[in-house]
Amino acid sequence: MDAAFHVQKLNVFYGKKQALRDVNMEIPAKAVTAVIGPSGCGKSTFVRCLNRMNDLVPGFRVEGSILYQGKDIYSRGMDVIDVRRKIGMVFQKPNPFPKSIYENIAYGLRIQGVKNKEKIDTVVEESLKKAAIWEEVKDRLPQSALSLSGGQQQRLCIARALAVAPEVLLLDEPTSAIDPIATGRIEELLRELKESYTIVIVTHNMQQAARISDITGFFLMGELVEFDPTSRMFTNPKDSRTEDYITGRFG
Amino acid sequence: MIEGALFLSALLSVFITVGIIGVLLFETVSFFGEVSILDFLTDTEWTPLFADKHFGILPLFTGTFLTTLIAMAVSLPIGLISAIYLSEYASDRLRTTAKPFLEILAAIPTVVYGYFALLFVTPLLQKIIPDLSGFNALSPGIVMGIMIIPIISSLSEDAMHAVPNGLREGGYALGSTRLQVALRVVLPAAFSGVAASFILGISRAVGETMIVAVAAGLQPRLTLNPFVPVETVTAYIVQVSLGDTPAGTIEYRTIFAAGMSLFVVTFLLNIISYSLRKRFREVYE
Amino acid sequence: MNGQETIRVEISDHKRIGRLADRAFSILGLFATTVGLAVLLVLLIDVFIDGYPRLGWDFLTQYPSRKPENAGILSAWVGTAWLMVLTALIAFPLGVASATYLEEYGRKSWLTGFIEINIANLAGVPSIIYGLLGLGLFVRGLNLGRSVLAGAATLAILVLPIVILASRESIRAIPASIREASYALGASKWQTIRHQVLPAAMPGILTGTILAMSRAIGETAPLITIGALTYVAFVPTPPVSLEPPFIHPQGLFDAFTALPIQVFNWVSRPQKAFSINAAAGIIILLIITFVMNGIAVYLRHRYQKKIRW
Repeated sequence: MDAAFHVQKLNVFYGKKQALRDVNMEIPAKAVTAVIGPSGCGKSTFVRCLNRMNDLVPGFRVEGSILYQGKDIYSRGMDVIDVRRKIGMVFQKPNPFPKSIYENIAYGLRIQGVKNKEKIDTVVEESLKKAAIWEEVKDRLPQSALSLSGGQQQRLCIARALAVAPEVLLLDEPTSAIDPIATGRIEELLRELKESYTIVIVTHNMQQAARISDITGFFLMGELVEFDPTSRMFTNPKDSRTEDYITGRFG
Repeated sequence: MIEGALFLSALLSVFITVGIIGVLLFETVSFFGEVSILDFLTDTEWTPLFADKHFGILPLFTGTFLTTLIAMAVSLPIGLISAIYLSEYASDRLRTTAKPFLEILAAIPTVVYGYFALLFVTPLLQKIIPDLSGFNALSPGIVMGIMIIPIISSLSEDAMHAVPNGLREGGYALGSTRLQVALRVVLPAAFSGVAASFILGISRAVGETMIVAVAAGLQPRLTLNPFVPVETVTAYIVQVSLGDTPAGTIEYRTIFAAGMSLFVVTFLLNIISYSLRKRFREVYE
Repeated sequence: MNGQETIRVEISDHKRIGRLADRAFSILGLFATTVGLAVLLVLLIDVFIDGYPRLGWDFLTQYPSRKPENAGILSAWVGTAWLMVLTALIAFPLGVASATYLEEYGRKSWLTGFIEINIANLAGVPSIIYGLLGLGLFVRGLNLGRSVLAGAATLAILVLPIVILASRESIRAIPASIREASYALGASKWQTIRHQVLPAAMPGILTGTILAMSRAIGETAPLITIGALTYVAFVPTPPVSLEPPFIHPQGLFDAFTALPIQVFNWVSRPQKAFSINAAAGIIILLIITFVMNGIAVYLRHRYQKKIRW
C-alpha cells in the first residue's frame, strides 16, 4: 500500500498544554484509516492537523512534520487553502450552511470562481450521487438544507466536501450525532468511497472502526499507542493498554 | 401589597407608551381639524410660521430623508466592515478592547456633534466644495453617520459572533479564504441580526435632533441637494420650541403632527428591528 | 468526473485574486474600526483647542451674558445638577421596582410579554418625542410649567428603559442558590428579594443607573421641547437654607436651563466669541460624561472580576 501521509515526530501544543506527543504514522492511500481512543486522547487534534484546521485555534503550535505526497503541509511555501481543498473534512455535528441544498454543494465551486451554471449543476448532481443522497433530495434542491434530517445533513456535508474534488476525506466522529440507521448508511458509503479517496475517520465507536477500517491507530493521552491493521488490532493487540481499551476496561 | 406596587411600576412603561400616543394623537387630531390630511401629505411647502401658511410635511420629510441617507452611506459600510473585521479577523484581545472604545462615540452628547459638524466639518468641507452653504445636509449627515457607526458595528458584530463555529469550520475545510468565510458563510447566516442593526441605525438617524438642528439650517426646502440648508422633522420641533408659541394655536399643534409622523416611522422601524433580532435569536441561541 | 476536471484550469487565477482580497480586507477592516476613533480624537482636540483658553473659575461662577467674555455657566451647571438629582430620584426607584416585578414576580403571560416588547420599543423612541410627551403631560397637563421638575420627570421617563434593562440583567444574574438559601431560613419572598437579591444585584443596577444618568446629562432636545429657557440669569431656589423654614420645595417649580442647552444657545450664535464659550461648555460637559462612564465601566469591570458565582 502507498502511503498518502507520512507523519513524523508530530508534537502539538495548545498554549503551554501539549496535546500530541511524538506521533509517527503512515496513512495509506485509498484505504480507510480509523483513529480511536478515549475522549481527550488527542484523536480529534490529530486528524485536524492533517488539513491544518487547527491553525484557527489561538495558541496552536506544531512541531515535527506531516508529509502529504512527499511535501510538508506545514512548510512555509505551502498554502493552507490549497491544503484544505485537497484534504476535505466532515465534522462531528452536521454543519450545513443555512442555505439551500443546492447552494451548499455549489459553495465550494463558487468560492473557486466557477460561474458556469451547467458545470455547477453537473458537479452538484455527481457529488450528491456519490454521497448516496441524490435520490432523497433531487426534487427539493432549492429547499433549505436545515430542513433535512440529521443523517441526511451529514451525507449532504460529505457531498459538499466531495464537490471540490478532494483527494482525502477526513471525518471527525461523523456519526456520533445521528441515529443508527443513518449511521449504517454512512458506513456503507465510506466503504464505497475508499475506492477513490483516502479516508481517515475518528471514532469513539470501536465496532465502527472494526466494521469499516483497514488500519487503526489507538491514541491515549496524546500518544499513538498502537497502529496496526484493524483485523490484527481487534484480535491480537500488541499493547496491553490497547487490549484494555478495546475490551472496554476503560474509556 | 408590595407585589401590587411593583406591578404598577412595571406597568408604568405601558402608561408611558399610552401617554405618548395619547398626547400626540390629541393635538394631531385638533391639527387635522384645521388642516386637511391631503394638504399635509402633498403640499410642497411648509410655512406655518409665516403669514401665508402652508402645511406640507414633504419638505421636512425630504430633509430627514436626505440627512438619514447621508448618515447611512457613512455608517453602513464602515460599521459593517468594522463588524466583519472585529468578528472574523481581529484577535479576541483587540475585539474586547475596541468595542468599549467605539461605544464612547455613542456616549457623546449630540449637541457636541452639532458643534463639531457646524464649526469643524462644514468649514473643512467648504475647502473641498466651495459652493457648500454654511448650513447644509452633508456635514451633519456625515457626523451623524460617525455617531451611528458603533450601533451598527457593535450589534452586527454580536450577531456574527453568535454564528456557530461549526459553520466557519465547514467553510474553511472547503478551502475558503477568511474573507470568503466572512462574506459567504457568516454574513448570510447572521443576516437577520445584521439587518436589525441597520434598521436600528436608520431609526436613530431619523430621530436624531441636535446635530441637524445646529448644523443643517432651519429652512424647510423640498430638495435632495446636500449642499444647501434644509430642515428635518426633528429640527422643526426644536425651532418652534425655541420660540414663544402659545398652546392651542395651530403653530403649537404642528409640532405634535410632526412628532406623530416621526413616532410612527421610528416605531415601525423599531418593531421591524426587534422582530428581526428575535428571529435571529431563535435560530442561534 | 468530467465536470471537475475542467474546473481545475480556471481556478488558479481566481485563487490569486481571492488571496489578495483577503489581505486587502484585513487592512480595510482595521481602517474602518479606527476611523471612528480617529474622528473622535479630532473632535476632542478641536474642542479643547477652541475652548481651553476660556476655562477658569469665572466661567463656572458667572451667569450668561450678552458679552461673551463675561458669560459663564453658573445657571447651566446648577440646573444640570438639579436635573440629575431629581431624575435619579425618580428613575431609580421606578426602574428597580419594575425590573424586580418582571424578574421575580411576573409569570410568563401575554401581559409580561407585552411589557417587555414595550420597554424595548421605548428604548428606541427618539428623545424629542419624550420632549413632546413632557410638554403635553407635565408642562400643560399637570400644569408644572417649564419647571425643573417637569424637565426631570421628562428625562426620568426617557432613561427609564435603560435603568430597567440594566436592573433586570443584574437581578437575573443572581443565582437561584442565594434565593434558596434565604427561603430555607424561613424568609418570605419579599424578605428574600429585599435582603438578598437586591443587595447582591446592586452594583449592576448602579452601573446601569450611572450610564442612564450620563445619557440624561447630554440630552438637549427634550428639554428644549418642554420649554427650558436658553437664557437664564438666575438659579432655582436652593432646596435648603439656614433660616426657617429651612426646606424650600418651591425650587422644584422654578424655571431652569442646563449645560447642553447653554452650549446649544452659544453654538447658535454667529459670533466667534460665543462659539469659544460653547467649546468651553462642551469641555465641562464631556468631562462629566466621561467621568460618569468611567465610573460605570470601572464598577462593571471590578464587579465582574471579583464575584464568581
